[in-house]
Amino acid sequence: MAAPCVFCGKAVSYRLFLGARVSLAREQGLWKAAAAEVQTGTASQILRLRHTTVVSTKKNIAALRRETYTLDFIKKQIEEFNIGKRHLANMMGEDPETFTQEDIDRAIAYLFPSGLFEKRARPIMKHPEQIFPKQRAIQWGEDGRPFHFLFYTGKPSYYSLMHEAYGKILDVEKHQNQLRAQGLFSEKTKTKDLIGSRWLIKEELEEILVEKLSDQDYAHFIRLLERLLTLQRGGAEEEFVQRFRRSITIQSKKQLIEPVRYDEQGMAFSRSEGRRKSAEAEAVVYAHGSGRVSVNGTHYLRYFPVTQDREQLMFPFHFLDRLGKHDVACTVSGGGRAAQAGAIRLAVARALCTFVTEEEVEWMRQGSLGQEFRQG
Amino acid sequence: TMLKGMTRLISRVHKAKHGEQHEGQHYNIPLQDLKAVFPHGLPPRFVMQVKTFNEACLMVRKPALELLHYLKNTNFAHPAVRYVLYGEKGTGKTLSLCHIIHFCAKQDWLILHIPDAHLWVKNCRNLLQSTYNKQRLDQPLEASIWLKNFKTANERFLSQIKVQEKYVWNKRESTEKGSPLGEVVEQGITRVRNATDAVGIVLKELKRQSSSGIFHLLVAVDGVNALWGRTTLKREDKSPIAPEELALIYNLRKMVKNDWHGGAIVLTLSQTGSVFKPRKAFLPQELLGKEGFDTLDPFIPILVSNYNPKEFESCIQYYLENSWLQHEKAHTEDGKKELLFLSNTNPGQLERLCAYL
Repeated sequence: MAAPCVFCGKAVSYRLFLGARVSLAREQGLWKAAAAEVQTGTASQILRLRHTTVVSTKKNIAALRRETYTLDFIKKQIEEFNIGKRHLANMMGEDPETFTQEDIDRAIAYLFPSGLFEKRARPIMKHPEQIFPKQRAIQWGEDGRPFHFLFYTGKPSYYSLMHEAYGKILDVEKHQNQLRAQGLFSEKTKTKDLIGSRWLIKEELEEILVEKLSDQDYAHFIRLLERLLTLQRGGAEEEFVQRFRRSITIQSKKQLIEPVRYDEQGMAFSRSEGRRKSAEAEAVVYAHGSGRVSVNGTHYLRYFPVTQDREQLMFPFHFLDRLGKHDVACTVSGGGRAAQAGAIRLAVARALCTFVTEEEVEWMRQGSLGQEFRQG
Repeated sequence: TMLKGMTRLISRVHKAKHGEQHEGQHYNIPLQDLKAVFPHGLPPRFVMQVKTFNEACLMVRKPALELLHYLKNTNFAHPAVRYVLYGEKGTGKTLSLCHIIHFCAKQDWLILHIPDAHLWVKNCRNLLQSTYNKQRLDQPLEASIWLKNFKTANERFLSQIKVQEKYVWNKRESTEKGSPLGEVVEQGITRVRNATDAVGIVLKELKRQSSSGIFHLLVAVDGVNALWGRTTLKREDKSPIAPEELALIYNLRKMVKNDWHGGAIVLTLSQTGSVFKPRKAFLPQELLGKEGFDTLDPFIPILVSNYNPKEFESCIQYYLENSWLQHEKAHTEDGKKELLFLSNTNPGQLERLCAYL
């Protein structure tokens, strides 16, 4: 990029520098323009050309700043992506028609193995919509007149959304008044289950609308939506509101699958596994015992000479006040000393769940069941 | 002090009467006795505890009781019986040994106590070639330290026992036949170069004379597995030294052979100070090695194990009485259960745990 600046004038370099983030098509256009300039020859002619080119590109500079990727460019990228996807599917021996994004990710990870720690720096192949940031198309036409009727508010999509929501509220109220007039109005308000979802956060809303919002705008919008919720609404409004809610996956409920204890030789026990770092442990907890713990065949005092490890083992029992009541026999492998202790603790905690179902919720929140994922 | 009576048993006089019913209770050793009988040989943590509580209390436990029973019924005409105390780390072997020693001291036996045989096979400087036997090596420092302690422990005997040979130390000094053993010991202490030989002489004389019946001899060695095995010592040319080449070890080996009568030999195995032995080993076979096991072969093994519940309770009570456990939960049942689990009734572990409570 810097090479042309050497023999072209300063103005050209300035222009090229501006267009640094320009797409290939644009770049080529400018380059040709610059080349055309050089070829003209005399200084005065160059000056004149420079002058004219500056004028003609003035408008474009303003547009260039805002729109770095043209629609054509993005479309081309999408086509290239699809073709590339099919090629990749052929390469991997899979069916191009049913090649999903996860398959793509796996294939790329296989073909370009990377040891970089920063996951975002590794090679990715995703749909262009996810890669290129969303931008707004030029909002005005050739004559300078904007397309959107709310363009001069500065945040057209936001205000149009507000209008839409308010319009819906008015519609629903009108409908309710009609029903009341006819006497068919029923007071029941069905409350949709709002527990598993949350409103969009400000950043997400900004992303959808592709424009910056202020906190008050966001709060205003949320209040409007909540007002819509309080009224009796039909299916269409429901859908409209749901567009702006995201579900929260309640992690704790997901995780817990305790196998019901099974019996052997008349002793009730339960077995479960736990993992920590690279240590894997499997613990068998007997329902009635005297607090004997054996790890890999040896007594836990000999296996874990460090008190800290034994404290880890003790924690699940201590938490449930069942210190001397269970026997444990566990096997553990991999990892280091503390990792093995943590793995056994997790396994024991899970196994104890089967005996202690009522307090499990309290327990889970304390984190003794969550498998610990620590980075690095 | 009514409370104290629950766990303590002040029994200087009644020690001979320690019986089954006293199991789990602590008994007090007066501090002067401590200095006289144990100039060396108490485990360092116990010494710290004694200093803190300003009194020494040992717990009466089953292995010690068993041994005391045997000792009370020893037939001194038979060759000395060997008892080997073994067990996992921290179960109380050394303290049991100390209990036995105290008992025998009160019974007026002559105590030959080697606090830790491991000290003699590692970290020694100043190895000299032995004056007595060119093949072997002397350890003047260790020998002189031991002689000093031996003197403190057995003052009264040193004048009673007479040597039965003449020993020539060097051109100018010699010990005549019939002079008291104390002189030999003095010689060893003052002339450090001859200390090892002095030790050898002491051992030889004691062995010979115990059969005569003037006194009973108790040979107590802690960490006896050091006598067989390897040493970490090397000569100047970096060639390793076998234990036999150390004069002290050689003489000690002669001592624990049961070819004399008039006393008993009590030995403890210890992995803690041992060299080149895996951490988990505690059985006699593993720690002594084939050679050691064969040499010690007819012996009575006594297993020292972790506390049983009664002993555990008693130990906690003792700490509580001395206000050692300051944590507010220590009094509660839960707290005790926690300690139980964490230490798994291992006395050493329990002690370490309580150290920062």
